[in-house]
Amino acid sequence: MGSLFYFSIADTRSNRLHFNNEKSERGRTNVKAFEAGTTEVIELCLLIGRVMLQNGAETYRVEDTMTRIAASFGSGEAQSFVTPTGIVFSLGQSEPSKLVRVSDRTTNLHKVAKANNISRSITSGSLSIREAHRELTDLDKAGTYYTIPAQIASASLASGCFAIMFQGSWFDFGPACVAGGFGFIALLAFHRFFEIKFFAEFLASLIIGVLAFSFLLMGIGNEADKIIIGSVMPLVPGLLITNAVRDLMAGHLVSGLSKGAEAFLTAFAIGGGVAIAFSIF
Amino acid sequence: MLIAEQILMSFIASASFGILFQAPRSTLFKCGLVGSLGWVIYILFVQAELNEITGTFVASFVIAMIGQFFARMYKTPVIVFSVAGIIPLVPGGLAYDAMRHFVQNNYETALPISAKAFMVSGAIAIGLVLSEVINQSVKKLRKRKESHLKT
Repeated sequence: MGSLFYFSIADTRSNRLHFNNEKSERGRTNVKAFEAGTTEVIELCLLIGRVMLQNGAETYRVEDTMTRIAASFGSGEAQSFVTPTGIVFSLGQSEPSKLVRVSDRTTNLHKVAKANNISRSITSGSLSIREAHRELTDLDKAGTYYTIPAQIASASLASGCFAIMFQGSWFDFGPACVAGGFGFIALLAFHRFFEIKFFAEFLASLIIGVLAFSFLLMGIGNEADKIIIGSVMPLVPGLLITNAVRDLMAGHLVSGLSKGAEAFLTAFAIGGGVAIAFSIF
Repeated sequence: MLIAEQILMSFIASASFGILFQAPRSTLFKCGLVGSLGWVIYILFVQAELNEITGTFVASFVIAMIGQFFARMYKTPVIVFSVAGIIPLVPGGLAYDAMRHFVQNNYETALPISAKAFMVSGAIAIGLVLSEVINQSVKKLRKRKESHLKT
């Protein structure tokens, strides 16, 4: 209860601060009151940053959201440093900084959109810090938005479509769907067994290659290349490559380089898996 | 190669990638729309025998502009629309091709392909960044106008 009361004071103070910077000296007592809740602000910022980063939000957006939330609680000098594997955050230059480690990343845009809405309500003041914290924890724990069968079905459909888009014939559509679907199932299954993501990608693309060549041997399909390119598309790090270049351009050199390294390793794993299939047949 | 066939295929592919990336259900149709528009622009450039990399750049710029429009309209982060939209353009096929040649010891064929993959991803990134820059400067201009009116 006590800290909630402090926050209402801090809030009005920050609003005033926004319009008139010189008056901040007079708000000394309120600054003291505000400091009682700084750990909560830091925790909230780190939580929202971690949720966004783990679910595939852009680096600059994570940094922006964290500093914006801190500013809405009156700390206009907050600093955040976001890399794909961890977040460093500090409320100001004289404050200690906190660190959060991010070990696994997926793409879950639903959660990114939800976290964005939460941050919007925090900065507009319609959500209290406790409520925001609870909502974010729930969001963090929530599972995937679509069921696994739906994901497999869409991966297989996308594989078929990509085979056509890369100028394959309609004979390649069916084999690409099947190979892409099984490749994606393999990726999910192996990823559960092995901690190393690249190994799961390697095995999945090996299965795709073997399936594509077996289809051709059975007389189904036209070109192995088109079938394989279509079916590996759900695994390929195309998005990572683009994001890496974009981060580099925006000046986020560390995240750009590390995303590029991740993309290169993934591409290497996929190429390696397919190459082994090539050498078998 | 029929344009209608390509429109349909790229629509389904982008929307399915929306599902793979767990995009909210209400945005899937728009994801497909953005993706197929970008792909059609790219295909038209290729068919007119213009530079593919320029085509990719124009397509990704259009995708990002529409994505930002949707983002403001539906109060959803841009990434939801732009990610699904650029998926057909992304040089996944090229990256795969380059890697396959590398691991088969065909370094001479692999190098130009990987250079092209790099150029294409650069073009996509420039398209995205340019639309962001335009969006930000429009916002700033609007703010300046408002403050002018107030004072």
